[in-house]
Amino acid sequence: MKYHPFGIVGDLNDKSQSIYEEMKQRGYSRRDFMKFAATMAAFIGLESSGIAQVARAMETKQRPPVIWMHFQECTCCSESFIRSSHPIVADILLDNISLNYTETLQAASGYQAEKSLHDTIKNSFGEYILLIEGSVPMANPGYCMIGGKSAEEILNEVAEGAKAIIAWGSCASNGCVQSAKPNPTKATPIHKIIKNKRIVRVPGCPPIGEVMAGVIVHLLTFERLPELDNQGRPKTFYSRRVHDTCYRRPNYDAGLFVESWDDEGARRGFCLYKMGCRGPVTYNACGITKWNNGTSFPIQSGHGCIGCSEANFWDSGPLYKHMSSFPGFGIESNADKVGLYAAGAATAGIVAHAIATNIRKNKILDSNVQNARDVESEDLDIQ
Amino acid sequence: MKDQKTDMISSAARSKMNFRTMQRIYVFQIPTRAFHWINVLCVTSLSITGYLIADPPAILHSTEAYTLNWFGFNRYIHFVSGWVFTVNWAFRIIWGFFLGNRWEKWKNFIPTTKARWKEIKNVLLQDILLAENKQHVSIGHNALAGFTYFLLTSIIILLIFTGFGLYIGISDGWVVALLGWPSSWFGNEMFVRFLHHLLMWVILLFAMIHIYLVFFHDSVEGRGEISSIISGWKFIEEKIWRNYIGKGK
Repeated sequence: MKYHPFGIVGDLNDKSQSIYEEMKQRGYSRRDFMKFAATMAAFIGLESSGIAQVARAMETKQRPPVIWMHFQECTCCSESFIRSSHPIVADILLDNISLNYTETLQAASGYQAEKSLHDTIKNSFGEYILLIEGSVPMANPGYCMIGGKSAEEILNEVAEGAKAIIAWGSCASNGCVQSAKPNPTKATPIHKIIKNKRIVRVPGCPPIGEVMAGVIVHLLTFERLPELDNQGRPKTFYSRRVHDTCYRRPNYDAGLFVESWDDEGARRGFCLYKMGCRGPVTYNACGITKWNNGTSFPIQSGHGCIGCSEANFWDSGPLYKHMSSFPGFGIESNADKVGLYAAGAATAGIVAHAIATNIRKNKILDSNVQNARDVESEDLDIQ
Repeated sequence: MKDQKTDMISSAARSKMNFRTMQRIYVFQIPTRAFHWINVLCVTSLSITGYLIADPPAILHSTEAYTLNWFGFNRYIHFVSGWVFTVNWAFRIIWGFFLGNRWEKWKNFIPTTKARWKEIKNVLLQDILLAENKQHVSIGHNALAGFTYFLLTSIIILLIFTGFGLYIGISDGWVVALLGWPSSWFGNEMFVRFLHHLLMWVILLFAMIHIYLVFFHDSVEGRGEISSIISGWKFIEEKIWRNYIGKGK
């Protein structure tokens, strides 16, 4: 077998094999393969005829070369991906999509690893899929430097010949925690550096493994990007709020909220809205796809959503409160407090103004009062 | 009878008392007045329901969630009011461009001439230092009020955009998409939510000061400021009116 799990030994010019052929060689049955095709078709939201499309693509299309880059990140995206619920997902998509370069999983190092990267870029220019995990540090070229090249230089080099670029996770999509204020490394998401290509953004910290697999399967099956929203996120997975797909939603509409972590409401599974749950402002598939083979998701385990797939979620106030502090008025000040103080000040101002007006009434009203009639005080001869 | 009465007053007092003769002028047409009061209802309803959405009261209920829907209903009222509010303001903006009378048009709201800036200064002196304002020559809104309403309109537009920016996730309507997409510039909805909530306070502060100043100007100037938004008529000094229509003093 020419194939090596992490792809550096394999002959890059050998494109004769399809993913199905690879699977057969690895001992998967036709039945396993069809189950995989059905699962993936369901995840990417295809109708039942889509199963055949996925299967056909996997049977006939040559496996595309893949480069998986790591910049500033914690590798939780990789972790999430290799733990996606269907066992074939990791096997197929990590092993069989000829992952030619990935810092975390490759066996090679040093010269060999660099050679593999450059061979892929050279031999498969315009063909390979580029998967990026992590943000790019722009403050200092020394950060994340490999082989004497800064992260930005590496990114620009690999992005040029990529057929498709997918930004995995919140780091690559939005910058995540390292770009939170004050952002010392000037961590920058991919779409702010590569501007001439459409970047598929798959945010989340990490994104759901099945979502990541679904995006890749969509690319392989249809050879085009999935439908994206205005932030570049695949609509299939990011068009609905966690809140609108949450099983606790009836409690929200009923006005039943958890007030503290150990109260009766928490025991009875009330809505976590007042505990700062970010479900109402977070777009993700957690409520539907869930995590760890559909076992659970944060809200199901009793903790509010922290909005990890939204841009700047680290800088949007405390995770257990909805209202962020009001800039310039201290940490505990929120819009309501500032508003109330302003309303109080306005009331005081109005009262003072009204008193002053009445004290100075005669002067202010001078012309009007003199020119108006106050019949009782006038000595008029009216019958 | 009438003549007799007038004579009685005039003979005794007219020469002595220097009457301030007022002209009754139709300033605000029915659509403008309707807009104002619909807006009052909407702002009231939106502020109450919106505040409840931001900070719902603690209720512990013994029955299951499916028997209750008060919070969902509260949101529903907020959305309905929001739609009425939006259509109402869209109407007012169009009315101000093409249809309204000379005092309802947008040119009254933007101080483009030196005279208007001067009036703004005078009204500020009148409002803040309680100075007597003899230069108050506007017949509709005074220049400061007009400019304030222009700024208010900008805030209202921002409120509508942020509101639909939060609504966009649960609607496929094209109006929602059109009004909601600018909010995606803010990056995430947490900030949109914060801004939407903060602007509510700006509107409430405006309402407080607006209501007070209407009372103040009504009593100080005697032009029927309050009743003008009910009846549409304002009372303007004969002298100002004659100047306005170019008939000299």
